[in-house]
Amino acid sequence: MKEMLKYQGDKVLLARNLNVQFDVKGQPVDILSDVNFELERGETLGVVGESGCGKSMTALALLNMVPSPPGRISAGEVILNSENLLSLSKKEMKRVRGKEISMIFQEPMTSLNPVFTVGNQLIETIREHKKISKDDALSEAIELLKSVQIPAPEQRIKEYPHQLSGGMRQRVMIAMALVCDPKVLIADEPTTALDVTVQAQIFDLLKEIQNRNQMSIILITHDFGAINEMADRVIVMYAGYKIEEGPLNEIQTKAIHPYTQGLLKSMLEIKPDSKGFRAPLPEIPGSVPDLLNRQPGCPFGPRCALATEKCLKMPPSFNLGPKRSVMCWLAEDGANK
Amino acid sequence: MNNNLNIKPLVKLDNLKVHFKLKRTSWFSDPQVVHAVDGISLEINRGKTLGLVGESGCGKTTAGRAILGLVKSNSGEIYFEDKALTSISSEEMFPLRKRMQIIFQDPYSALNPRQTAGDIVSDPLVVHNIGSQKERQERVDELFSMVGLQKNQQVLYPHQFSGGQRQRLCIARALALNPDFIVCDEPVSALDVAIQAQILNLLCKLQDDLNLTFLFISHDLAVIQHVCDEIAVMYLGAVVEKADRETLFNNPRHPYTKALLSAVLTSSSGEKVKRIRLEGDIPNPINKPSGCRFRTRCAHAKELCSQKEPILQEKSPGHWEACHFQT
Repeated sequence: MKEMLKYQGDKVLLARNLNVQFDVKGQPVDILSDVNFELERGETLGVVGESGCGKSMTALALLNMVPSPPGRISAGEVILNSENLLSLSKKEMKRVRGKEISMIFQEPMTSLNPVFTVGNQLIETIREHKKISKDDALSEAIELLKSVQIPAPEQRIKEYPHQLSGGMRQRVMIAMALVCDPKVLIADEPTTALDVTVQAQIFDLLKEIQNRNQMSIILITHDFGAINEMADRVIVMYAGYKIEEGPLNEIQTKAIHPYTQGLLKSMLEIKPDSKGFRAPLPEIPGSVPDLLNRQPGCPFGPRCALATEKCLKMPPSFNLGPKRSVMCWLAEDGANK
Repeated sequence: MNNNLNIKPLVKLDNLKVHFKLKRTSWFSDPQVVHAVDGISLEINRGKTLGLVGESGCGKTTAGRAILGLVKSNSGEIYFEDKALTSISSEEMFPLRKRMQIIFQDPYSALNPRQTAGDIVSDPLVVHNIGSQKERQERVDELFSMVGLQKNQQVLYPHQFSGGQRQRLCIARALALNPDFIVCDEPVSALDVAIQAQILNLLCKLQDDLNLTFLFISHDLAVIQHVCDEIAVMYLGAVVEKADRETLFNNPRHPYTKALLSAVLTSSSGEKVKRIRLEGDIPNPINKPSGCRFRTRCAHAKELCSQKEPILQEKSPGHWEACHFQT
C-alpha cells in the first residue's frame, strides 16, 4: 500500500509537442500538431475522436512506429524513464517496446500471424525479451493465457488464430502485450471489432490487470461509452490537435469545446421512456476537414455553430487548471494565464 | 384498433430456415451444416420498422438477405404482401425486386469504385429499363437532393466521398426504384458517431416522407431503440424475444436480452447499474447446444433447459419469449 502511494502522482510517460507529418505528393501534411499529454502510473487515459483525427497516429508516434516513409515525427519528445524514446536507436527501441510499452490493436485477426499457433507466437515474444528455455517459455505462456481467462489454455495454446473467436483472439493479444509486465499499455480500439457482451468482458479483464500491477493504459477509441467505462482522464482530438483535455466527469458534464459537446450529444443512449423516439438527433454538420487543404484558423471552425470572426485565427490551448485545457476561443476568459 | 386487424403485414416470415452446407470432412461422412437461420417467424407492417438485434454470427444478416432472395432459404416461407417468394419463378421475382432494396453495412465495399456516383444511382433504373435518358437524369438529380448530396457531385467517384456521403449514395441507390421495403443491414455501424446521427436522421425522414418499411439490422441497441417500432432479439439463429420497443426496453424478459441491455455502455455519468456479465462466447452454429440454445451462457439454466428447446410463446400481449422460466 505504501509503495502504491509513493507511486501515485508519478508520471510514467510524457509526450511533448508531438508533431507528425506525412508526405503526400511531395507536400508535407500535418497529421499531428503539438500534442502534449502526460500519463500517471495506474491511470487510464482515454483518447477520443472521429476517424482520421490522429488518435491512432498518436499511439504509433509514442512507440516511434510511424510508417516511414511517407511519415515522420517532425518534432517532439516522448519521455519514459527520463529518456527520450524518439532519440533511441532502432535496437534500443526494440528493448523498450513490449518491455516498457505494449500495444494491442483493433483487429486481433490481422495482428496475429495466421500460420503459427498461438503458443508459438507467445513463446517467440517471451524468448525475445527473456533468456529462458523453450519449456519454461511454454509454461509461462500457459500461465499468461490463464491470466487473461482463456479456458483450457493447455489446448488453446496449440491452436491457430482462426480457430479462436474474436474475443479469444483479443485475449491472446492482451496476453502477448503483458509478457514483460509493461508500464504502459496502449489499447487502440481494443473492442471495436467485438460484440457488446464480449466487449464488457474485455474491459473487465483490462481493469483487473490494471488493478493487479498498476499499469497505465492509454485507451484509444471513438466511443464515449468505452471512455466512460474505462477512463480516468480524457483527451479529445480533432484534425490532429488535442482540442480538449480534462478529468472524465468534467468532460462529461462541463465540456467547453463545441466539438466535444457535439460528440457527447450525438451519442445515442438507451432511454427508458419513449421520449425522443425517432426525434431528429443533434448532428454535427459536415465532415472532418481535408488535411491536404487546411484552412487557416480553428480546424473545427467551418463546422462550428458558435464560430465567430475570431475563429479565423488559430486558438491556442488555454489552460483551465491542472490537466484541464481547451483549444477554443470560448475558453479564453476562464483561462489562467 | 379495428384498423390494425385489417392491415396485413407487408413482409411475413414463417418458420424461415437457412442452412449452409460445409465441405465433407471425409468421403463417407455427412456434410456439416451451419444453422444460420433456424426457424424464425416475423411480421413487418407497412410503414413500420422492425429491428433485428443480436451478436455477430447470430444470423441476423442472413435473415435479411434471405428475404430479398440473396441467399436461398431451405424451408419455411417468405411472404411479400400475398406472394410467397420462395416458390415463385425468377421472372415473377424480377418486378418484385424493384419494391425491395437493401442498404449494406460497409459503404466502402458496396459501391463500384469504377463507376461515378451518378452512374451508381442510375444503375437500378437502367437494369429495370425505366424512363428515357433524360428522365433518368432527372430522377438522379431528385435522389441526390433527397439524400443531401450536391448535384455537381454526380461526376465524382466513390473514393472521393467520405464515409457518411458514401452511405448517402447507397441510400440514394436503394431509393431509386421507389421501393416499399428496405433492409437496412447495419447502415451506421461503419460510421463515426457524429455521422451516425446524420444518417439516422436521414433514414427516419425518408421513411416518413416515402412511407417506407424497414427491416433494421444492427448489433447496437442504442441505434435500434432510436428507430425501431418493434424489436426481435436473435441468438444463434433463432428469435429469443420479440416485443414492441417500449416493452422490450422497459421490461425485458429473456436472460439474453437482459444481458445485452446491461452490456451497453453509456456516456452519462449516472449511477452505474450492476452489469450482468455473460461468460464465454456465442457457441458454434454447427453444433448448437441441445435444448435451449442460450443455456451454455445462461445464469439460470436448469436441467430442463438442456433437454427441451423452449419455443417462442406469447407470454403477455405482444411480448414473445422463448424461455422455460419466468412465465
